[in-house]
Amino acid sequence: MTSPRSEFLAGIKAQLPILIGVIPFGMIYGVVAVGAGLDGRSTQAMSAIVFAGSAQFVAAQLFGAGVPGLVIVLTGGVINLRHVLYSASLAPYLQHLSPKWKWLLAYLLTDEAYAVTITHFIKNEHPGESIGIEALDNPKGFFASSMHWYFLGAGIALWGTWQASTAAGITLGAVIPQSWSIDFTVALTFIALLVPTLKERASVGAALTAGLMAVLMAGIPYRLGLLIAAVMGILVGLLVEGRT
Amino acid sequence: MKIWLVMIAIGLITYVTRLSFILMLGRMEISPSLKRGLEFVPPAVLSAIIFPELIMPQGEFDISWSNLRLLAGLLAFVVAWRTKSAVLTIAIGMAVLLLLQALI
Repeated sequence: MTSPRSEFLAGIKAQLPILIGVIPFGMIYGVVAVGAGLDGRSTQAMSAIVFAGSAQFVAAQLFGAGVPGLVIVLTGGVINLRHVLYSASLAPYLQHLSPKWKWLLAYLLTDEAYAVTITHFIKNEHPGESIGIEALDNPKGFFASSMHWYFLGAGIALWGTWQASTAAGITLGAVIPQSWSIDFTVALTFIALLVPTLKERASVGAALTAGLMAVLMAGIPYRLGLLIAAVMGILVGLLVEGRT
Repeated sequence: MKIWLVMIAIGLITYVTRLSFILMLGRMEISPSLKRGLEFVPPAVLSAIIFPELIMPQGEFDISWSNLRLLAGLLAFVVAWRTKSAVLTIAIGMAVLLLLQALI
């Protein structure tokens, strides 16, 4: 059986290579948010309150463009819907924990923390033991281990890095001139995030539909076109998948 | 003031999505169709943001050689696809845009 301490440290260690990519991402967020007109305090607070890179980028940009709050909230909400999948995937491994632990770990559930944690959980599950709903009746064995400390380590490492790189970005943002087109880094960051999701025809169909629709509907007030286009893309993805 | 309300609302929605199944497993099941739909959220949302940024950077439809963001963005696509590196994609895309802006 592994100790909480060793699991915690292993979680931090697993997160280290990912942090190399997170640092510039957090800094770019800080720079872009300040460029969009947010003050330093709200830029930093968003990194703690929302703690989800893509949604923070979009919220800052839409806010800078004067989009109504309700539309920003809806758009940010749609972007973050994917966390439901992560939550469902990790849930069976966390059922033995107290509510306090669940509330804490849920706050730390990001793309990056999910990626390393689920890999660790699956690899270290005792063979032959059930996971899933049956786990509710099986509080001993695997489920009594201290693997949730691994999640905590990975999550805290990411959280600290995200806050620190946001702070660095805010400082930088105040000195970078507009002529450097630094806002373009958002599109580039999203391209880097998009390409790996284009694994099969259905996701390509979803992406192309959403992209083209967003262009066609760019004139719709309050940037609602983004939201409608995204929903249409998701529907086309389901349709294409249903046919193949 | 408004930005704080927006942030707290997005934060709450995000937290609820993160907590959903961790807290409710056993009382709530994720249906296969919902799961598939959620998998299309990232490609759809990201494209809906990227396409207008590249195709209409000034707010007007612009597919031409003078649209430097489109050129740099297309190159970034190739870099992302080939290298799978976010850092390289951002660095090369940005360098190309700045270079083109300096030249033209």
